[in-house]
Amino acid sequence: MSTLDRPQPKPRPVYLNLVAIRLPLPGIVSILHRVSGAALFLFAIPLVLWAVQASLASPESFAALQAAFAHPLAKLLTIGLVWAYLHHFCAGIRYLLLDLHVGDDLAPARRSSMAVIAVSLALTLIVGVRLW
Amino acid sequence: MTRPLRQAVGAHYGWKDWLAQRVTAVVMAAYTVLLLGIALWNGGIDYALWKVLFAHGAWKLATFVFMLALVWHAWIGVRDIWMDYVKPVGVRLLLDVLTVLALVACIGWTIQILWGGK
Repeated sequence: MSTLDRPQPKPRPVYLNLVAIRLPLPGIVSILHRVSGAALFLFAIPLVLWAVQASLASPESFAALQAAFAHPLAKLLTIGLVWAYLHHFCAGIRYLLLDLHVGDDLAPARRSSMAVIAVSLALTLIVGVRLW
Repeated sequence: MTRPLRQAVGAHYGWKDWLAQRVTAVVMAAYTVLLLGIALWNGGIDYALWKVLFAHGAWKLATFVFMLALVWHAWIGVRDIWMDYVKPVGVRLLLDVLTVLALVACIGWTIQILWGGK
């Protein structure tokens, strides 16, 4: 059989329309892991270092920091970063378990990605309610 | 005379980064659980307790190790993001350098906070 007789391979769909792609649940956890990691790098590291420095400087600066974080916008930002930390934390533990071949079949992997989303949101809600 | 076979290709740093990402993650998770445990044990943290905690040499060291783990972890993660989305080599190199500088600065800042006196 010559190469000419071979059936032409079907053109593969190059389909990277981000709005139209429907990610499976583990894919959503994965991209949120990346997004939360980037947010933690950009915002949480400098903010937390600044806050720890101010909180340790003097009782007055500790009180001033508490007052600053009482502002609704500061609370919103804090809740957002708390979610980023919690999601990154929970998804990270899931990846460590997957590395150890715990729950790496399709059904358990879907369940655990659901759990990561649910647990990190629930914990964020608890922190948010306490904060507010 | 026999010599050990040389690896002909690859820098072989991929698996080290993979491992470092996991080891640093476990270090940070342990510190997080410890801090949370201290807060829950004492029913919250006020200024006095916060001051006492950060006066401890052991806590300073634990915090420093946490920050080293964080910076190492963040370097691998952020570098991966630049590798995936930023194609022009020059721009990527610039972002890599800025990332490293920012992370090294964070370590300096941490040292100032922990051992800066007062």
